[in-house]
Amino acid sequence: MSGANGVNGQTSQQSHGGTLSLTLRIWRQDGPDAPGRFHTFDAPNISEDMSFLELLDIINERLIEGGDVPIEFDHDCREGICGMCSLMINGRAHGHELATTTCQLHMRKFSDGDVITVEPFRAKAFPVVRDLVVDRSSFDRIIEAGGYISVNTGAVGDANQTPVPKQAADTSMDAAACIGCGACVAACPNSAAQLFTSAKLAHLNLIPQGQPQRWERTEAMVETMEQFFGSCTNHGECTEACPKEISLDFIAFMNRDYVKAKIKNRKLSGQS
Amino acid sequence: MVMNGVLDSRVPDGPMAGKWTDHKFSMKLVNPNNKRRFEIIVVGTGLAGASAAASLSELGYRVKVFTFHDSPRRAHSIAAQGGINAAKNYTNDGDSVHRLFYDTVKGGDYRSREANVHRLAEVSLNIIDQCAAQGVPFAREYGGLLDNRSFGGAQVSRTFYARGQTGQQLLLGAYQALAKQVAAGSVELCTRTEMLDLVTKDGRACGIITRDLISGEIAAHTGHAVVLATGGYGNVYYLSTNAMACNVTAAWRAHRRGAYFANACYTQIHPTCIPASDEFQSKLTLMSESLRNDGRIWVPEAMDDARSPDLIPESERDYYLERKYPAFGNLVPRDVASRNAKTVVDQGKGVGPLRNGVYLDFSEVIERDGHPAVAAKYGNLFDMYERITGENPYAVPMRIYPAIHYTMGGLWVDYHLMTTVPGCYSIGEANFSDHGANRLGASALMQGLADGYFVLPYTIGDDLAARLGEPVVPLSDPVFAQAVSEVTDATQRFLSIGGTRSVDWFHRELGKIVWDYIGMERTSAGLEKALSEIPALEAEFWADLRVPGSGANLNSSLEKAGRVADFFELAKLMARDALVREESCGGHFRAEHQTPEGEAQRDDEHFAHVAAWEWHDTGTVQTRHVEELEFEEVALTQRSYK
Repeated sequence: MSGANGVNGQTSQQSHGGTLSLTLRIWRQDGPDAPGRFHTFDAPNISEDMSFLELLDIINERLIEGGDVPIEFDHDCREGICGMCSLMINGRAHGHELATTTCQLHMRKFSDGDVITVEPFRAKAFPVVRDLVVDRSSFDRIIEAGGYISVNTGAVGDANQTPVPKQAADTSMDAAACIGCGACVAACPNSAAQLFTSAKLAHLNLIPQGQPQRWERTEAMVETMEQFFGSCTNHGECTEACPKEISLDFIAFMNRDYVKAKIKNRKLSGQS
Repeated sequence: MVMNGVLDSRVPDGPMAGKWTDHKFSMKLVNPNNKRRFEIIVVGTGLAGASAAASLSELGYRVKVFTFHDSPRRAHSIAAQGGINAAKNYTNDGDSVHRLFYDTVKGGDYRSREANVHRLAEVSLNIIDQCAAQGVPFAREYGGLLDNRSFGGAQVSRTFYARGQTGQQLLLGAYQALAKQVAAGSVELCTRTEMLDLVTKDGRACGIITRDLISGEIAAHTGHAVVLATGGYGNVYYLSTNAMACNVTAAWRAHRRGAYFANACYTQIHPTCIPASDEFQSKLTLMSESLRNDGRIWVPEAMDDARSPDLIPESERDYYLERKYPAFGNLVPRDVASRNAKTVVDQGKGVGPLRNGVYLDFSEVIERDGHPAVAAKYGNLFDMYERITGENPYAVPMRIYPAIHYTMGGLWVDYHLMTTVPGCYSIGEANFSDHGANRLGASALMQGLADGYFVLPYTIGDDLAARLGEPVVPLSDPVFAQAVSEVTDATQRFLSIGGTRSVDWFHRELGKIVWDYIGMERTSAGLEKALSEIPALEAEFWADLRVPGSGANLNSSLEKAGRVADFFELAKLMARDALVREESCGGHFRAEHQTPEGEAQRDDEHFAHVAAWEWHDTGTVQTRHVEELEFEEVALTQRSYK
């Protein structure tokens, strides 16, 4: 391996883009019940090719060098699919760039001299754990309520015995693309989780395999959602913030299915 | 398992095609009502862990599952893009279980265990059925049936996919199956909890020690069996396509407790990643290998050609894979594609501002099929590329370069997927089993789900049946108190070093050494150098590390310190394993052992075996054990993709 040339960029190299000097105001909070406040950091010579999380890495490196405690933030895959990264950047969930997670937000989208405010996702259902880290496990409770198809391992026939119309499969996939990051909740003035819930629900309700449990699933997921989150008032901020551009149509679909479910489930249980 | 000091793979007798079927019949069963008397610990919730936990709990076992993420669905399986192989032969192009088996053994450069691979090919059929029934939105034809695409290392179309997000969709399927079991109360789910030790009593696994990442609490958990589904160790290179938190810690701690670690030097470089742009880069992003189906790979003929790609005429381009491998062209296996990219970049023909990439060009297919058709197939990958590089791949060819992506090595397991510690199993990427020295594309998802859905649920019963009536080792047993105390001390040790350098600094420096000397090409001199540089850096780590904060709350520096400490030990083992293996095979390329054409030159006479290393003590070199590989079905030949 010709290490000197750093074929894979592991050795010291100069950025090919320009650099920025930025000021960051970052929220710090020791724990869920501790008071929080903004801390200001200067960030000179930031490469435009860097991602927003790499900028936080650099600030943390400097904090550690200075003997301070680094800023905690959620992140993992850094390729926009795990849904772990979050952050309100200048008041926008995942920042101002459309269809982009924070990990995929690059500094070339900012300008020299910018002051950037960084906060955790703000929602009652997402309590702050520490600094910028929040607890989004309420999403898991919605899935556990019915966001699945009950097929035990091994109990199924050949996959091609159940044709799925291409359009249904494609629309189901549009919904299933949700990464569960919670930007929809953070962006919503009501902290509602309709976009997440409807995406998860539509993924399964749109395809033949999901039909046997469709109405039970719908009622259970919607009502579990309402235990944690606010109500939807059709602002549409959610879809605007969604890094996967999940459509508002799924919320309409969920609302229709919920009304139908309330009727059908009553009939099913013989109460009508 | 180890019998009288010899590795026993427990591969059943009989003809290859019938081994698994016959073995399923001959294995002992646990009566449905008795399954609830067994407690199983599953660590990790990727494809392997989530599918195993769900399936075991459906069978009636009591399952406790651990993830260091906030939700099982964050596991890095979610990032797999391209697809999952299965020998369905829906395309009527001559596929079969035997062909998938054959391709996988050949693709692994004849360093995998035939019986395991055959079983993998057999259960590949069930996986697709299972996932489709769970609602995984696989791509469909207009008639509503499943669509397939072709992938590297195969001449049939057997790869099922869900746009460029197949891993995400399969993981959501397994996660939903797990959520169903959590809701039913038959799985206990522990999130943001990291396994830091394996506990054994009288040589048998009886539990684990964990740290609650939020509260810092160190706790013991007991079970009849422990399943490690904790992924691969690619992050030892610092820059890799792995997620930031991927690590070797759970597997390594098990290794330190007696589980042999096999084939550590078998690491895979993925040929289609986005080249690094600067030194602050924290990870490398992979672009699905499916891009090689339609994209053409080339570099300029001339060295240091700084012209824009559209100004370089056809006659001055070198489509080097198509030229050298006319039969497979751009679809040669990953290791071949990667090494060839390195060769042309080392020759000074690299492209991009840092001259560290090769072109992957779609202009021909865009012209032929049109922009919408290409966007429908690869749209999300193109968007991702543009977001990272700021360049539009519909107009300018993409730049790609290999990066570490997958590790074939891992905990040694027998046919039952049990490690050398009885009662401790390892599944998915964490084990060494099915891919030999090189994994084919779309086979990782297949193996993770095969292990979790269709292999472990059978084999674990055979081992547990004999232990019916045995209670778990109680948490009051001194083995747990001892282990808790050791983990507490180790955690405290990181906090008390009080040096000057961050964990990330050490990780980056370690990564450079591992990439330079135990990367795509290894030499005896380089490996010796690694074995002198790694311990020096490791000593510095233990003397000069600074972990701020406390152990009593969320502290990511502290989490990383433990993981990097294990990467140091692993890196030394990788170097030793690579040094002893005086041959080239798959992802392990020793420059001293190549054919005149520059291909990997195996030495079947001396190295047709698995190397499994036994831990002794810190500071003592592990002992190398050997499992001979016998090839009954597939004749060993020099791989050729020409």
